[in-house]
Amino acid sequence: MPNHQINPNKWIDLYSDYLYNYTITRVNDKVIAQDLVQDTFLAGLKSMKNFKGEASERTWLISILKRKIIDYYRKINSNKGKAEVRMSYNDAETEGDWLEERVADPFDKTAEDDMQNNELGNAIHNCLGKLPSKQADVFKMKTILGYETETICNELNITPSNLWVIIHRARTAMADCLEKNWF
Amino acid sequence: MENMKKSFLFVSCDEAQHLCDKAQYNEASLFDKIKLNLRLSWCRVTRAYYKRNTKLTKKINEANVDCLTPECKENMKKELEKAIKNQAS
Repeated sequence: MPNHQINPNKWIDLYSDYLYNYTITRVNDKVIAQDLVQDTFLAGLKSMKNFKGEASERTWLISILKRKIIDYYRKINSNKGKAEVRMSYNDAETEGDWLEERVADPFDKTAEDDMQNNELGNAIHNCLGKLPSKQADVFKMKTILGYETETICNELNITPSNLWVIIHRARTAMADCLEKNWF
Repeated sequence: MENMKKSFLFVSCDEAQHLCDKAQYNEASLFDKIKLNLRLSWCRVTRAYYKRNTKLTKKINEANVDCLTPECKENMKKELEKAIKNQAS
């Protein structure tokens, strides 16, 4: 008996930010992340009949996205492979340089911090998903995208005092939610 | 005169929380900050709110979270709606 329903009309509002944040931490390029998220929704739409309702819509979309990310890396790695074939270390001056180029990346030292930050990022997006949509939109625009108060007010047709009331409610709810799940 | 001074610098708990929110986005003026700090010096409720609010800002900055712009979402919606229509026909 399927427990979860599927409704592609709501995918963008409900899951696009979560999927985007998931992708950006893995591909580190905004445009590519946007494309991968868009591709995921389109692929999800095509394979809707495969959705059995055993997992949530979001989990199902994430599993499609994971495959898209793997495909992306496979593609760029195969291009890189071609480039490496053309590399030459035959001359006396550069002989042995390939050894230096293959030493461990010193930035790996921060890998654990990055992992923790990814988890925190997911916790933040989970909490954002629990906010009423208007609160979530205003909070994201102000706090994450860093938009000016005036820009948000014009875009959403609200007054500055409305904005601050919404921000206050959103911040209180976010702190409550993160306190339960993270702090 | 004393009362005037008091009301001039005094903010309620709700107002102090509003100033605290503004301060998280660097939108509190110097005068706002003075009023907030005065309230923080004696009000436990404001202090607790301030602590949680600052922690929230810190965690969001640490996490380096990102999200899509409204314009980008709108474009995605259009693309998806088009695909839904094509699939239905």
